[in-house]
Amino acid sequence: MTSTIENQRAPFPIAFYRSAVGKKWAMAVTGLAIILFTIAHMIGNWKIFFPDVDGIPEIDLYAEALRGLLFPLLPEHVVLWIMRTGLIVVFLLHIHAAYSLTIMNRRARQDDYAGPRQYIAANYASRTMRWSGTIFLAFLLFHLADLTWGFQPMAPEVWERGEVYANFVATFSRAPVALLYVVAMAALALHLYHGAWSMFQSLGVNHPRFNLWRKGFALGLAVLVFVGNSIMPISVLFGWVG
Amino acid sequence: MNITLQVWRQDGPGVTGGFKTYQVTDVSPEMSFLEMLDLLNERLTNQGEEPVAFDHDCREGICGTCGVMINGQAHGPQLGTATCQLHMRKFQDGATIVVEPWRATGFPILRDLVVDRSAFDRIMEAGGYITVDTGSAPDANLIPVPKPVADTAFDAAACIGCGACVAACPNGAANLFTAAKVSHLNLLPQGQAERWTRTERMVEIMEEFFGSCTNHGECEKACPKSISIDFIAMMNADYVKAKFKNRRLLAQRG
Repeated sequence: MTSTIENQRAPFPIAFYRSAVGKKWAMAVTGLAIILFTIAHMIGNWKIFFPDVDGIPEIDLYAEALRGLLFPLLPEHVVLWIMRTGLIVVFLLHIHAAYSLTIMNRRARQDDYAGPRQYIAANYASRTMRWSGTIFLAFLLFHLADLTWGFQPMAPEVWERGEVYANFVATFSRAPVALLYVVAMAALALHLYHGAWSMFQSLGVNHPRFNLWRKGFALGLAVLVFVGNSIMPISVLFGWVG
Repeated sequence: MNITLQVWRQDGPGVTGGFKTYQVTDVSPEMSFLEMLDLLNERLTNQGEEPVAFDHDCREGICGTCGVMINGQAHGPQLGTATCQLHMRKFQDGATIVVEPWRATGFPILRDLVVDRSAFDRIMEAGGYITVDTGSAPDANLIPVPKPVADTAFDAAACIGCGACVAACPNGAANLFTAAKVSHLNLLPQGQAERWTRTERMVEIMEEFFGSCTNHGECEKACPKSISIDFIAMMNADYVKAKFKNRRLLAQRG
């Protein structure tokens, strides 16, 4: 019972986060935030399918508008940076919780079964969360270098800040890059197939009325994110866009 | 039936163990898995060899003492059944069966197939009880409990504490056991006074010994009482509430 008393002394959020159940809450909440961001990001990017406005691509206008959110109430870029900071914190928390829970779980199960281990309920997605997450994180860094920072050689040679549409077309005209994006989306979809269901369980959102919907929701979300995002590099690759 | 058994043999805690192969001939399909082990042990004893140590008690699936990993499945291939209630007719004649103890850091191996499950007792001591007046038993049904709540509490109370959930969990987590014990009392009126301290303490003591839940759902399938992982969701919800409620209790407010 010492742990409870010790935890009581720490401020509530820290005491809560110290426990594994608390870390799972953090993973679920940050996971939900990342899901919402992913969907907003995807919908925003669909603007590449729309015609130019006065010779300027729709998505370039959208990117400019994001920079000017709440302007002139706040200086330009402020709201965007608040959102970016929030997103970075959310990602760091998600990764830290996953890392420390992994360490805890490895310690709790040191010896594996020597016999043929038969999984009955665990599926491929649930058993590869660490892999799909790590692969997606590596992709995320590539993606930022490619389309946000314009670092060579990840970004196309013609990359230019602010030219969202041109950069977009240039990067996906490279077949290996387009393929990499599709593979990364498959990893993300796999991660979401378990994560989006697991989230309800970790948050204690459980009711016979909608328990059956939770796995359907996770599957639908995984398909939506995979198809909705992969369609963009594929469209460029096959010349439907650009 | 003739069976080839690969059994984990280990002389004591902390020493290196290994598999040993035994041919068990003339096994009746009507024998339970434990009776088959009894047969093996009888023959081993007659040969002057050390019998295989395994835990067992009631042999009617209600005490939670027995339990081994059979071919990579806790309590063997039949769902919702403890090892003692598993019969040899579930196996093919001539089959090779791998028998191992539960493997988890929270369950150190004592000998052969016997593990030390006293970590479960530590969790129970932390809050798996209610405080009542002793003395003569009160009349039945004095405290009304809605039927669906009583049913759910009973489903949780079906936990026999065998440890199959921990054994089956790839993370060596005891969330299903703890959730069943927490929910059993948290659902009932008699359990309300200690509800929030119980939840917080039992979860935190559990985490000192076991891993954390990644929602694979293996425990639910391994459980001889088929206890649902819905109880883990209930425990997760109650744990965060407990963190708030216990702050209020600290200030002597309900």
